[in-house]
Amino acid sequence: MKVLVPVKRVIDYNVKVRVQTDGSGVDLANVKMSMNPFDEIAVEEAIRLREAGKAEEVIAVSIGVPKAQQILRAALAVGADRAILIHAADDPHVDIEPLAVAKLLKAVVDEEQPGLVLMGKQAIDNDMNATGQMLAALLGYPQATFSSELNVEGNEAIAVREVDGGLQVIKMQLPGIVTVDLRMNEPRYPSLPSIQKAKRKPFETRTPEDYGVDISNRLEIIKTVEPPTRKAGEILPTVGDLVDKLQNEAEVI
Amino acid sequence: MAVLLLAELNGSELALDLTAKTLTAAKELGEVTVLCASESCTEAAEQASRLEGVSRVIKIENPTFGNGLAEPLADLIVSLSEDYDHLVGPASTYAQNILPRAAALLDCMMISDISGIISEDTFERPIYAGNAIQIVKSSDSKKVITVRTAAYQAAEEGNSAPIDEMSHDIANNTSEWVEDRVASSDRPELTSAGIVVSGGRGVGSVEDFELISKLADKLGAAVGASRAAVDSGYAPNDWQVGQTGKVVAPNLYVAVGISGAIQHLAGMKDSKIIVAINKDEDAPIFQVADYGVVADLFQAVPELIKKLDEIQ
Ligand SMILES: Cc1cc2nc3c(=O)[nH]c(=O)nc-3n(C[C@H](O)[C@H](O)[C@H](O)COP(=O)(O)OP(=O)(O)OC[C@H]3O[C@@H](n4cnc5c(N)ncnc54)[C@H](O)[C@@H]3O)c2cc1C
Repeated sequence: MKVLVPVKRVIDYNVKVRVQTDGSGVDLANVKMSMNPFDEIAVEEAIRLREAGKAEEVIAVSIGVPKAQQILRAALAVGADRAILIHAADDPHVDIEPLAVAKLLKAVVDEEQPGLVLMGKQAIDNDMNATGQMLAALLGYPQATFSSELNVEGNEAIAVREVDGGLQVIKMQLPGIVTVDLRMNEPRYPSLPSIQKAKRKPFETRTPEDYGVDISNRLEIIKTVEPPTRKAGEILPTVGDLVDKLQNEAEVI
Repeated sequence: MAVLLLAELNGSELALDLTAKTLTAAKELGEVTVLCASESCTEAAEQASRLEGVSRVIKIENPTFGNGLAEPLADLIVSLSEDYDHLVGPASTYAQNILPRAAALLDCMMISDISGIISEDTFERPIYAGNAIQIVKSSDSKKVITVRTAAYQAAEEGNSAPIDEMSHDIANNTSEWVEDRVASSDRPELTSAGIVVSGGRGVGSVEDFELISKLADKLGAAVGASRAAVDSGYAPNDWQVGQTGKVVAPNLYVAVGISGAIQHLAGMKDSKIIVAINKDEDAPIFQVADYGVVADLFQAVPELIKKLDEIQ
Protein backbone atom coordinates (compact mmCIF):
# COMPACT_ATOMS: atom_id res chain seq x y z
CA MET A 1 0.00 0.00 0.00
CA LYS A 2 1.07 3.56 -0.70
CA VAL A 3 0.63 6.27 1.92
CA LEU A 4 0.11 9.85 0.79
CA VAL A 5 1.09 12.62 3.20
CA PRO A 6 0.10 16.21 2.37
CA VAL A 7 2.35 18.78 4.06
CA LYS A 8 1.96 22.55 4.36
CA ARG A 9 4.56 25.27 4.69
CA VAL A 10 3.56 27.65 7.47
CA ILE A 11 5.09 30.22 9.82
CA ASP A 12 7.16 28.34 12.37
CA TYR A 13 5.15 27.80 15.54
CA ASN A 14 7.75 29.65 17.62
CA VAL A 15 7.50 32.87 15.62
CA LYS A 16 5.51 35.73 17.08
CA VAL A 17 2.99 36.55 14.39
CA ARG A 18 2.75 40.20 13.37
CA VAL A 19 -0.36 41.65 11.79
CA GLN A 20 0.24 44.31 9.10
CA THR A 21 -1.04 47.65 10.27
CA ASP A 22 -2.94 48.25 7.00
CA GLY A 23 -5.13 45.20 7.66
CA SER A 24 -3.82 43.35 4.62
CA GLY A 25 -2.63 40.27 6.46
CA VAL A 26 0.18 38.80 8.48
CA ASP A 27 3.79 39.80 7.93
CA LEU A 28 5.59 36.92 6.23
CA ALA A 29 8.70 38.79 5.14
CA ASN A 30 11.87 37.32 6.64
CA VAL A 31 10.09 35.05 9.09
CA LYS A 32 11.05 31.46 9.66
CA MET A 33 8.81 29.04 7.78
CA SER A 34 8.52 25.35 8.66
CA MET A 35 6.45 22.29 8.08
CA ASN A 36 3.10 22.49 9.88
CA PRO A 37 3.73 20.62 13.18
CA PHE A 38 0.75 18.30 12.70
CA ASP A 39 2.07 17.31 9.26
CA GLU A 40 5.46 16.37 10.73
CA ILE A 41 3.63 13.87 12.88
CA ALA A 42 1.73 12.53 9.87
CA VAL A 43 5.02 12.08 7.98
CA GLU A 44 6.54 10.25 10.95
CA GLU A 45 3.55 7.92 11.27
CA ALA A 46 3.69 7.10 7.56
CA ILE A 47 7.37 6.24 7.80
CA ARG A 48 6.71 4.03 10.80
CA LEU A 49 4.03 2.19 8.82
CA ARG A 50 6.55 1.53 6.05
CA GLU A 51 9.18 0.44 8.56
CA ALA A 52 6.65 -1.95 10.10
CA GLY A 53 6.08 -3.47 6.67
CA LYS A 54 2.52 -2.14 6.46
CA ALA A 55 3.20 0.35 3.68
CA GLU A 56 5.48 0.14 0.66
CA GLU A 57 5.85 3.75 -0.30
CA VAL A 58 5.44 7.14 1.36
CA ILE A 59 4.66 10.05 -0.96
CA ALA A 60 4.78 13.60 0.37
CA VAL A 61 2.81 16.27 -1.45
CA SER A 62 2.68 20.01 -0.89
CA ILE A 63 0.54 22.67 -2.49
CA GLY A 64 1.77 26.23 -2.50
CA VAL A 65 4.71 28.40 -3.44
CA PRO A 66 7.91 27.01 -5.04
CA LYS A 67 9.67 27.35 -1.66
CA ALA A 68 7.38 24.66 -0.28
CA GLN A 69 9.97 22.35 -1.80
CA GLN A 70 12.01 22.96 1.37
CA ILE A 71 9.50 21.16 3.52
CA LEU A 72 9.15 18.40 0.96
CA ARG A 73 12.94 17.96 1.15
CA ALA A 74 12.56 17.79 4.92
CA ALA A 75 9.96 15.04 4.53
CA LEU A 76 12.28 13.16 2.17
CA ALA A 77 15.14 13.59 4.63
CA VAL A 78 13.25 11.84 7.41
CA GLY A 79 12.23 9.00 5.13
CA ALA A 80 9.50 9.82 2.60
CA ASP A 81 10.27 8.07 -0.70
CA ARG A 82 9.25 10.72 -3.18
CA ALA A 83 7.66 14.13 -3.34
CA ILE A 84 5.21 16.08 -5.45
CA LEU A 85 5.06 19.87 -5.36
CA ILE A 86 1.94 21.45 -6.81
CA HIS A 87 2.98 24.96 -7.68
CA ALA A 88 -0.25 26.82 -6.98
CA ALA A 89 0.90 30.26 -5.86
CA ASP A 90 3.85 32.60 -6.12
CA ASP A 91 2.98 34.95 -3.31
CA PRO A 92 3.36 33.29 0.12
CA HIS A 93 0.50 35.47 1.42
CA VAL A 94 -1.91 33.58 -0.83
CA ASP A 95 -3.45 30.79 1.20
CA ILE A 96 -5.03 28.12 -0.98
CA GLU A 97 -8.30 27.22 0.74
CA PRO A 98 -8.98 23.77 2.18
CA LEU A 99 -11.66 23.04 -0.45
CA ALA A 100 -9.26 23.77 -3.31
CA VAL A 101 -6.48 21.84 -1.57
CA ALA A 102 -8.86 18.90 -1.11
CA LYS A 103 -9.73 18.98 -4.82
CA LEU A 104 -6.07 18.92 -5.80
CA LEU A 105 -5.37 16.13 -3.34
CA LYS A 106 -8.29 14.16 -4.74
CA ALA A 107 -6.67 14.42 -8.17
CA VAL A 108 -3.39 13.14 -6.72
CA VAL A 109 -5.20 10.28 -4.99
CA ASP A 110 -6.94 9.38 -8.26
CA GLU A 111 -3.53 9.10 -9.90
CA GLU A 112 -1.57 7.44 -7.13
CA GLN A 113 -4.28 5.28 -5.54
CA PRO A 114 -2.84 5.28 -2.00
CA GLY A 115 -4.43 3.01 0.59
CA LEU A 116 -4.17 5.71 3.22
CA VAL A 117 -3.85 9.48 3.35
CA LEU A 118 -2.27 10.64 6.60
CA MET A 119 -2.47 14.36 7.26
CA GLY A 120 -2.42 16.99 10.00
CA LYS A 121 -5.75 17.78 11.65
CA GLN A 122 -5.26 21.48 11.11
CA ALA A 123 -2.71 23.97 9.81
CA ILE A 124 -1.46 26.39 12.43
CA ASP A 125 -1.86 29.39 10.10
CA ASN A 126 -5.53 29.41 9.11
CA ASP A 127 -6.58 26.96 11.88
CA MET A 128 -9.44 25.78 9.64
CA ASN A 129 -9.41 22.09 10.58
CA ALA A 130 -11.18 21.03 7.39
CA THR A 131 -8.94 19.70 4.61
CA GLY A 132 -8.92 16.03 5.66
CA GLN A 133 -12.67 15.91 6.14
CA MET A 134 -13.17 17.61 2.75
CA LEU A 135 -10.82 15.24 0.97
CA ALA A 136 -12.61 12.25 2.50
CA ALA A 137 -15.92 13.67 1.29
CA LEU A 138 -14.74 14.25 -2.27
CA LEU A 139 -13.34 10.73 -2.48
CA GLY A 140 -16.26 9.10 -0.69
CA TYR A 141 -13.74 7.62 1.75
CA PRO A 142 -14.19 7.12 5.48
CA GLN A 143 -12.34 9.45 7.86
CA ALA A 144 -10.70 9.20 11.26
CA THR A 145 -10.07 12.75 12.38
CA PHE A 146 -8.03 14.03 15.37
CA SER A 147 -6.36 10.64 15.82
CA SER A 148 -3.68 10.02 18.42
CA GLU A 149 -3.20 6.30 17.74
CA LEU A 150 -3.40 4.31 14.54
CA ASN A 151 -3.28 0.59 13.82
CA VAL A 152 -3.39 -0.66 10.28
CA GLU A 153 -4.25 -4.33 9.75
CA GLY A 154 -4.77 -5.47 6.17
CA ASN A 155 -7.37 -3.20 4.64
CA GLU A 156 -8.69 -1.97 7.94
CA ALA A 157 -7.51 0.79 10.23
CA ILE A 158 -8.36 1.26 13.88
CA ALA A 159 -7.92 4.80 15.12
CA VAL A 160 -8.13 6.32 18.58
CA ARG A 161 -9.57 9.80 18.23
CA GLU A 162 -9.14 12.64 20.71
CA VAL A 163 -12.63 14.02 21.19
CA ASP A 164 -14.11 16.57 23.59
CA GLY A 165 -15.36 13.92 26.00
CA GLY A 166 -12.18 11.83 26.02
CA LEU A 167 -11.26 9.21 23.44
CA GLN A 168 -13.26 7.48 20.73
CA VAL A 169 -12.09 4.32 18.98
CA ILE A 170 -13.33 3.71 15.44
CA LYS A 171 -12.60 1.18 12.74
CA MET A 172 -12.61 2.03 9.08
CA GLN A 173 -12.17 0.34 5.73
CA LEU A 174 -9.23 1.41 3.63
CA PRO A 175 -8.71 3.39 1.53
CA GLY A 176 -9.38 6.12 4.04
CA ILE A 177 -8.24 9.44 5.47
CA VAL A 178 -6.64 9.86 8.89
CA THR A 179 -6.03 13.30 10.35
CA VAL A 180 -3.53 13.33 13.19
CA ASP A 181 -3.33 15.06 16.52
CA LEU A 182 -0.09 16.01 18.22
CA ARG A 183 0.14 13.06 20.57
CA MET A 184 0.34 10.37 17.89
CA ASN A 185 4.13 10.18 17.93
CA GLU A 186 7.36 12.07 18.43
CA PRO A 187 8.84 12.94 15.00
CA ARG A 188 12.46 11.98 14.40
CA TYR A 189 15.25 14.29 13.30
CA PRO A 190 16.93 13.67 9.95
CA SER A 191 20.52 12.40 9.96
CA LEU A 192 23.16 14.13 7.87
CA PRO A 193 23.51 11.22 5.40
CA SER A 194 19.74 11.08 4.97
CA ILE A 195 19.64 14.79 4.14
CA GLN A 196 22.19 14.09 1.42
CA LYS A 197 20.27 11.07 0.20
CA ALA A 198 17.05 13.09 0.09
CA LYS A 199 18.51 15.24 -2.67
CA ARG A 200 18.51 12.23 -4.99
CA LYS A 201 14.98 11.07 -4.25
CA PRO A 202 12.34 11.55 -6.97
CA PHE A 203 10.82 15.05 -6.93
CA GLU A 204 8.08 16.11 -9.29
CA THR A 205 6.62 19.59 -9.83
CA ARG A 206 3.10 19.99 -11.16
CA THR A 207 0.50 22.72 -11.45
CA PRO A 208 -3.25 22.87 -10.68
CA GLU A 209 -3.82 23.08 -14.45
CA ASP A 210 -2.16 19.67 -14.86
CA TYR A 211 -4.96 18.29 -12.75
CA GLY A 212 -7.67 20.51 -14.23
CA VAL A 213 -8.63 21.88 -10.85
CA ASP A 214 -10.01 25.38 -10.28
CA ILE A 215 -8.39 26.71 -7.11
CA SER A 216 -10.08 30.08 -6.87
CA ASN A 217 -11.00 31.11 -3.36
CA ARG A 218 -14.54 31.16 -2.03
CA LEU A 219 -13.75 33.36 0.94
CA GLU A 220 -12.71 36.91 0.30
CA ILE A 221 -10.46 38.20 3.05
CA ILE A 222 -11.85 41.61 3.87
CA LYS A 223 -9.17 42.37 6.42
CA THR A 224 -6.91 40.95 9.07
CA VAL A 225 -6.63 42.75 12.38
CA GLU A 226 -4.90 42.46 15.72
CA PRO A 227 -6.87 40.69 18.41
CA PRO A 228 -7.85 42.71 21.46
CA THR A 229 -4.85 42.72 23.77
CA ARG A 230 -4.85 42.17 27.51
CA LYS A 231 -2.85 44.30 29.83
CA ALA A 232 -0.62 42.73 32.43
CA GLY A 233 -2.17 43.19 35.86
CA GLU A 234 -0.58 43.21 39.29
CA ILE A 235 1.88 40.91 40.93
CA LEU A 236 0.65 40.31 44.45
CA PRO A 237 3.03 39.66 47.32
CA THR A 238 1.04 36.93 49.05
CA VAL A 239 -1.68 34.37 48.47
CA GLY A 240 -3.74 36.22 51.07
CA ASP A 241 -3.71 39.31 48.87
CA LEU A 242 -4.84 37.20 45.95
CA VAL A 243 -7.85 35.88 47.84
CA ASP A 244 -8.69 39.40 48.95
CA LYS A 245 -8.54 40.74 45.35
CA LEU A 246 -10.60 37.88 43.96
CA GLN A 247 -13.21 38.37 46.62
CA ASN A 248 -13.43 42.13 46.94
CA GLU A 249 -12.09 43.65 43.72
CA ALA A 250 -12.85 41.17 40.94
CA GLU A 251 -15.74 39.62 42.88
CA VAL A 252 -15.33 36.27 41.17
CA ILE A 253 -15.28 34.01 44.22
CA MET B 1 -32.55 33.32 5.86
CA ALA B 2 -33.01 29.78 7.11
CA VAL B 3 -30.46 28.13 9.34
CA LEU B 4 -29.99 24.45 10.10
CA LEU B 5 -28.23 23.98 13.43
CA LEU B 6 -26.61 20.62 14.09
CA ALA B 7 -27.32 19.85 17.75
CA GLU B 8 -24.38 18.34 19.56
CA LEU B 9 -25.32 14.94 20.91
CA ASN B 10 -23.33 12.66 23.18
CA GLY B 11 -25.13 9.43 22.42
CA SER B 12 -28.70 10.28 23.33
CA GLU B 13 -27.80 13.30 25.44
CA LEU B 14 -27.92 16.89 24.24
CA ALA B 15 -24.79 18.91 24.95
CA LEU B 16 -27.03 21.72 26.14
CA ASP B 17 -24.51 24.46 26.79
CA LEU B 18 -22.66 24.07 23.47
CA THR B 19 -25.90 23.87 21.52
CA ALA B 20 -27.43 26.85 23.35
CA LYS B 21 -24.35 29.00 22.71
CA THR B 22 -24.25 28.03 19.04
CA LEU B 23 -27.93 28.92 18.83
CA THR B 24 -27.21 32.46 20.02
CA ALA B 25 -24.93 32.89 17.01
CA ALA B 26 -27.29 31.08 14.61
CA LYS B 27 -30.22 33.32 15.60
CA GLU B 28 -28.35 36.31 14.22
CA LEU B 29 -28.44 34.65 10.80
CA GLY B 30 -32.11 33.78 10.52
CA GLU B 31 -34.81 31.33 11.47
CA VAL B 32 -33.26 28.34 13.19
CA THR B 33 -34.19 24.69 12.74
CA VAL B 34 -32.32 22.36 15.09
CA LEU B 35 -31.37 18.90 13.86
CA CYS B 36 -31.15 16.16 16.48
CA ALA B 37 -29.94 12.88 15.00
CA SER B 38 -28.92 9.89 17.07
CA GLU B 39 -29.98 6.37 17.95
CA SER B 40 -32.49 7.77 20.39
CA CYS B 41 -32.91 11.46 21.03
CA THR B 42 -36.46 12.11 22.15
CA GLU B 43 -35.41 13.87 25.31
CA ALA B 44 -32.65 15.76 23.56
CA ALA B 45 -35.11 17.00 20.94
CA GLU B 46 -37.51 18.14 23.65
CA GLN B 47 -34.71 19.93 25.44
CA ALA B 48 -33.67 21.66 22.20
CA SER B 49 -37.27 22.67 21.51
CA ARG B 50 -37.30 24.57 24.81
CA LEU B 51 -34.42 26.81 23.78
CA GLU B 52 -35.43 30.39 23.09
CA GLY B 53 -35.16 31.22 19.40
CA VAL B 54 -35.63 27.74 17.95
CA SER B 55 -38.44 27.68 15.40
CA ARG B 56 -38.48 23.94 14.74
CA VAL B 57 -36.69 20.77 15.76
CA ILE B 58 -36.11 17.85 13.41
CA LYS B 59 -35.72 14.59 15.27
CA ILE B 60 -34.25 11.61 13.47
CA GLU B 61 -33.72 8.42 15.42
CA ASN B 62 -31.53 5.83 13.77
CA PRO B 63 -28.62 3.78 15.17
CA THR B 64 -26.47 4.83 12.19
CA PHE B 65 -26.32 8.33 13.66
CA GLY B 66 -25.69 7.15 17.21
CA ASN B 67 -21.98 7.68 17.64
CA GLY B 68 -21.39 10.87 15.78
CA LEU B 69 -19.69 9.20 12.82
CA ALA B 70 -19.11 11.80 10.13
CA GLU B 71 -19.93 9.75 7.04
CA PRO B 72 -23.66 9.18 7.62
CA LEU B 73 -24.22 12.48 9.44
CA ALA B 74 -22.64 14.53 6.64
CA ASP B 75 -24.82 12.69 4.11
CA LEU B 76 -27.87 13.40 6.27
CA ILE B 77 -27.10 17.11 6.47
CA VAL B 78 -26.57 17.29 2.72
CA SER B 79 -29.91 15.57 2.12
CA LEU B 80 -31.66 18.17 4.30
CA SER B 81 -29.64 21.15 3.10
CA GLU B 82 -31.81 22.36 0.25
CA ASP B 83 -34.10 24.39 2.50
CA TYR B 84 -31.31 26.23 4.29
CA ASP B 85 -28.87 29.04 3.59
CA HIS B 86 -26.65 28.36 6.59
CA LEU B 87 -25.53 25.06 8.10
CA VAL B 88 -24.18 25.68 11.57
CA GLY B 89 -22.70 23.74 14.50
CA PRO B 90 -20.39 24.34 17.45
CA ALA B 91 -16.62 24.26 16.87
CA SER B 92 -16.44 21.02 18.84
CA THR B 93 -14.82 17.75 17.83
CA TYR B 94 -18.34 16.45 17.08
CA ALA B 95 -19.39 19.10 14.56
CA GLN B 96 -15.90 19.89 13.28
CA ASN B 97 -15.68 16.25 12.20
CA ILE B 98 -18.98 16.37 10.32
CA LEU B 99 -19.57 19.83 8.86
CA PRO B 100 -16.43 20.21 6.69
CA ARG B 101 -17.35 16.86 5.14
CA ALA B 102 -20.86 18.14 4.40
CA ALA B 103 -19.41 21.42 3.05
CA ALA B 104 -17.21 19.62 0.53
CA LEU B 105 -20.13 17.47 -0.63
CA LEU B 106 -22.00 20.72 -1.31
CA ASP B 107 -18.97 22.27 -3.02
CA CYS B 108 -18.83 24.98 -0.35
CA MET B 109 -15.87 26.21 1.64
CA MET B 110 -15.83 25.57 5.36
CA ILE B 111 -15.88 28.57 7.71
CA SER B 112 -14.58 27.21 11.01
CA ASP B 113 -14.59 28.62 14.50
CA ILE B 114 -16.27 31.98 13.90
CA SER B 115 -16.13 34.43 16.79
CA GLY B 116 -18.39 37.06 15.29
CA ILE B 117 -21.02 37.65 12.61
CA ILE B 118 -20.76 40.86 10.58
CA SER B 119 -23.57 40.04 8.16
CA GLU B 120 -25.21 36.95 6.70
CA ASP B 121 -22.15 36.24 4.54
CA THR B 122 -19.34 37.95 6.44
CA PHE B 123 -17.72 36.50 9.54
CA GLU B 124 -14.91 37.10 11.96
CA ARG B 125 -12.61 34.25 12.93
CA PRO B 126 -9.33 33.90 14.82
CA ILE B 127 -6.32 32.61 12.89
CA TYR B 128 -2.72 31.89 13.93
CA ALA B 129 -3.77 30.60 17.36
CA GLY B 130 -5.73 33.78 17.96
CA ASN B 131 -2.81 36.09 17.13
CA ALA B 132 -4.82 37.63 14.34
CA ILE B 133 -8.50 38.05 13.55
CA GLN B 134 -9.65 37.65 9.99
CA ILE B 135 -12.85 39.01 8.49
CA VAL B 136 -13.99 36.81 5.60
CA LYS B 137 -16.85 37.14 3.15
CA SER B 138 -18.21 34.00 1.60
CA SER B 139 -19.37 33.80 -2.01
CA ASP B 140 -20.75 30.28 -1.63
CA SER B 141 -24.45 29.50 -2.09
CA LYS B 142 -24.53 28.00 1.39
CA LYS B 143 -22.43 28.99 4.34
CA VAL B 144 -21.19 26.08 6.39
CA ILE B 145 -20.03 27.34 9.75
CA THR B 146 -18.76 26.22 13.13
CA VAL B 147 -19.05 28.63 16.04
CA ARG B 148 -16.51 29.39 18.76
CA THR B 149 -18.90 28.84 21.65
CA ALA B 150 -16.72 30.69 24.17
CA ALA B 151 -17.59 33.89 22.27
CA TYR B 152 -21.34 33.52 22.87
CA GLN B 153 -23.77 33.41 25.80
CA ALA B 154 -26.10 30.44 25.99
CA ALA B 155 -29.66 30.96 24.75
CA GLU B 156 -32.24 30.70 27.52
CA GLU B 157 -34.93 28.08 27.93
CA GLY B 158 -38.64 28.84 27.90
CA ASN B 159 -39.72 28.03 24.35
CA SER B 160 -41.75 25.14 22.99
CA ALA B 161 -40.91 24.79 19.32
CA PRO B 162 -42.60 22.05 17.30
CA ILE B 163 -40.72 18.77 16.88
CA ASP B 164 -40.95 17.00 13.53
CA GLU B 165 -39.96 13.39 13.53
CA MET B 166 -38.43 12.21 10.29
CA SER B 167 -36.88 8.95 9.24
CA HIS B 168 -33.77 8.63 7.18
CA ASP B 169 -32.03 5.55 6.01
CA ILE B 170 -28.46 6.24 5.19
CA ALA B 171 -26.09 3.34 4.93
CA ASN B 172 -22.60 3.48 6.35
CA ASN B 173 -20.46 0.52 5.37
CA THR B 174 -17.07 2.16 5.62
CA SER B 175 -16.66 3.15 9.24
CA GLU B 176 -17.71 1.65 12.51
CA TRP B 177 -17.74 2.79 16.10
CA VAL B 178 -15.74 0.53 18.43
CA GLU B 179 -15.81 2.20 21.85
CA ASP B 180 -15.78 5.46 23.75
CA ARG B 181 -13.23 5.90 26.49
CA VAL B 182 -14.84 8.61 28.50
CA ALA B 183 -14.27 9.27 32.16
CA SER B 184 -17.31 10.62 33.95
CA SER B 185 -16.82 13.33 36.52
CA ASP B 186 -18.95 15.31 38.92
CA ARG B 187 -17.01 18.45 38.16
CA PRO B 188 -18.43 21.15 35.90
CA GLU B 189 -17.64 20.87 32.22
CA LEU B 190 -14.58 22.73 31.03
CA THR B 191 -16.33 24.72 28.30
CA SER B 192 -19.27 25.81 30.44
CA ALA B 193 -17.68 26.26 33.88
CA GLY B 194 -17.63 29.67 35.54
CA ILE B 195 -14.21 28.94 37.03
CA VAL B 196 -11.39 26.87 35.55
CA VAL B 197 -8.22 25.81 37.36
CA SER B 198 -5.48 24.53 35.05
CA GLY B 199 -2.17 22.88 35.78
CA GLY B 200 0.92 22.75 33.61
CA ARG B 201 4.23 20.98 33.38
CA GLY B 202 5.29 22.73 36.58
CA VAL B 203 2.94 20.47 38.54
CA GLY B 204 5.40 17.69 37.86
CA SER B 205 3.46 14.44 38.25
CA VAL B 206 0.06 12.82 38.03
CA GLU B 207 0.05 12.48 41.84
CA ASP B 208 0.72 16.16 42.35
CA PHE B 209 -1.97 17.05 39.83
CA GLU B 210 -4.36 16.09 42.65
CA LEU B 211 -3.42 19.43 44.14
CA ILE B 212 -4.89 21.19 41.08
CA SER B 213 -8.05 19.08 41.31
CA LYS B 214 -8.32 19.88 45.02
CA LEU B 215 -8.11 23.59 44.37
CA ALA B 216 -10.66 23.23 41.57
CA ASP B 217 -13.09 21.40 43.86
CA LYS B 218 -12.66 24.05 46.51
CA LEU B 219 -13.73 26.68 43.94
CA GLY B 220 -16.41 24.53 42.28
CA ALA B 221 -14.29 24.76 39.16
CA ALA B 222 -13.53 22.61 36.13
CA VAL B 223 -9.99 21.29 35.77
CA GLY B 224 -7.88 22.15 32.75
CA ALA B 225 -4.32 21.43 31.67
CA SER B 226 -1.63 22.62 29.31
CA ARG B 227 -0.52 20.42 26.48
CA ALA B 228 2.74 19.70 28.29
CA ALA B 229 0.78 18.38 31.28
CA VAL B 230 -1.33 16.16 29.03
CA ASP B 231 1.65 14.95 27.01
CA SER B 232 3.44 14.08 30.26
CA GLY B 233 0.46 12.01 31.36
CA TYR B 234 -0.51 14.21 34.32
CA ALA B 235 -3.96 14.86 32.89
CA PRO B 236 -6.28 13.30 30.26
CA ASN B 237 -6.47 14.77 26.74
CA ASP B 238 -9.95 16.18 27.21
CA TRP B 239 -8.62 18.61 29.83
CA GLN B 240 -6.31 20.34 27.36
CA VAL B 241 -6.90 24.05 26.89
CA GLY B 242 -5.47 25.84 23.88
CA GLN B 243 -5.14 26.08 20.12
CA THR B 244 -5.61 22.34 19.74
CA GLY B 245 -7.59 21.75 22.90
CA LYS B 246 -10.64 23.48 24.28
CA VAL B 247 -11.34 27.18 24.14
CA VAL B 248 -12.69 28.52 27.40
CA ALA B 249 -13.74 31.95 28.63
CA PRO B 250 -14.78 31.57 32.28
CA ASN B 251 -15.17 34.37 34.83
CA LEU B 252 -12.01 33.15 36.50
CA TYR B 253 -9.12 31.18 35.02
CA VAL B 254 -6.33 30.08 37.35
CA ALA B 255 -3.13 28.95 35.60
CA VAL B 256 -0.78 27.04 37.88
CA GLY B 257 2.72 26.08 36.71
CA ILE B 258 1.89 27.11 33.14
CA SER B 259 4.37 29.28 31.24
CA GLY B 260 1.82 30.89 28.90
CA ALA B 261 2.85 29.74 25.41
CA ILE B 262 0.76 31.35 22.65
CA GLN B 263 -0.85 27.99 21.91
CA HIS B 264 -2.11 27.83 25.48
CA LEU B 265 -3.20 31.49 25.54
CA ALA B 266 -5.24 30.76 22.40
CA GLY B 267 -7.60 28.75 24.55
CA MET B 268 -8.05 31.02 27.58
CA LYS B 269 -7.12 34.61 26.93
CA ASP B 270 -10.74 35.71 26.65
CA SER B 271 -11.37 34.71 30.27
CA LYS B 272 -12.71 37.57 32.40
CA ILE B 273 -10.15 37.34 35.18
CA ILE B 274 -6.86 35.46 34.79
CA VAL B 275 -4.74 34.43 37.76
CA ALA B 276 -1.24 33.00 37.34
CA ILE B 277 0.82 31.16 39.91
CA ASN B 278 4.33 30.56 38.66
CA LYS B 279 7.75 30.59 40.26
CA ASP B 280 9.34 32.33 37.27
CA GLU B 281 8.56 36.05 37.36
CA ASP B 282 9.40 36.33 33.66
CA ALA B 283 6.89 33.68 32.59
CA PRO B 284 4.81 35.11 29.70
CA ILE B 285 1.59 34.10 31.47
CA PHE B 286 2.06 37.14 33.73
CA GLN B 287 1.68 39.41 30.69
CA VAL B 288 -1.97 38.40 30.36
CA ALA B 289 -2.78 37.77 34.03
CA ASP B 290 -4.89 40.22 36.02
CA TYR B 291 -3.36 38.90 39.22
CA GLY B 292 -0.09 37.06 39.57
CA VAL B 293 1.68 35.38 42.43
CA VAL B 294 5.36 34.59 41.94
CA ALA B 295 5.77 31.52 44.11
CA ASP B 296 6.41 27.82 44.25
CA LEU B 297 3.06 26.23 43.51
CA PHE B 298 3.63 23.54 46.14
CA GLN B 299 3.53 26.27 48.76
CA ALA B 300 1.10 28.68 47.16
CA VAL B 301 -1.65 26.22 46.20
CA PRO B 302 -2.02 24.53 49.62
CA GLU B 303 -2.00 27.97 51.20
CA LEU B 304 -4.67 29.14 48.77
CA ILE B 305 -6.82 26.13 49.59
CA LYS B 306 -6.42 26.89 53.30
CA LYS B 307 -7.35 30.56 52.83
CA LEU B 308 -10.42 29.58 50.82
CA ASP B 309 -11.38 27.19 53.61
CA GLU B 310 -11.21 30.06 56.06
CA ILE B 311 -13.51 32.35 54.11
CA GLN B 312 -16.09 29.69 53.29
C1 LIG C 1 0.96 23.03 16.96
C2 LIG C 1 1.01 23.19 18.44
C3 LIG C 1 -0.17 23.21 19.15
C4 LIG C 1 -0.16 23.34 20.54
N1 LIG C 1 -1.34 23.36 21.19
C5 LIG C 1 -1.35 23.56 22.53
C6 LIG C 1 -2.57 23.63 23.28
O1 LIG C 1 -3.68 23.45 22.75
N2 LIG C 1 -2.48 23.87 24.61
C7 LIG C 1 -1.30 24.05 25.27
O2 LIG C 1 -1.30 24.25 26.49
N3 LIG C 1 -0.15 23.96 24.59
C8 LIG C 1 -0.14 23.71 23.25
N4 LIG C 1 1.05 23.61 22.59
C9 LIG C 1 2.30 23.55 23.38
C10 LIG C 1 2.83 24.91 23.82
O3 LIG C 1 3.65 25.42 22.79
C11 LIG C 1 3.68 24.76 25.10
O4 LIG C 1 4.71 23.84 24.87
C12 LIG C 1 2.88 24.29 26.31
O5 LIG C 1 1.70 25.07 26.46
C13 LIG C 1 3.73 24.39 27.55
O6 LIG C 1 3.03 23.88 28.67
P1 LIG C 1 3.41 24.38 30.13
O7 LIG C 1 3.22 25.84 30.23
O8 LIG C 1 2.66 23.51 31.07
O9 LIG C 1 4.93 23.94 30.24
P2 LIG C 1 6.29 24.85 30.33
O10 LIG C 1 6.30 25.78 29.19
O11 LIG C 1 7.35 23.89 30.51
O12 LIG C 1 6.03 25.70 31.62
C14 LIG C 1 6.05 25.21 32.90
C15 LIG C 1 5.95 26.40 33.83
O13 LIG C 1 5.84 25.94 35.16
C16 LIG C 1 6.61 26.78 36.00
N5 LIG C 1 6.97 25.99 37.17
C17 LIG C 1 7.75 24.89 37.23
N6 LIG C 1 7.81 24.41 38.47
C18 LIG C 1 7.05 25.24 39.24
C19 LIG C 1 6.73 25.28 40.63
N7 LIG C 1 7.18 24.36 41.47
N8 LIG C 1 5.93 26.28 41.06
C20 LIG C 1 5.46 27.23 40.21
N9 LIG C 1 5.73 27.22 38.89
C21 LIG C 1 6.51 26.24 38.42
C22 LIG C 1 7.78 27.19 35.17
O14 LIG C 1 8.32 28.41 35.65
C23 LIG C 1 7.17 27.32 33.78
O15 LIG C 1 6.73 28.64 33.54
C24 LIG C 1 1.06 23.47 21.22
C25 LIG C 1 2.25 23.44 20.49
C26 LIG C 1 2.23 23.30 19.13
C27 LIG C 1 3.52 23.27 18.38
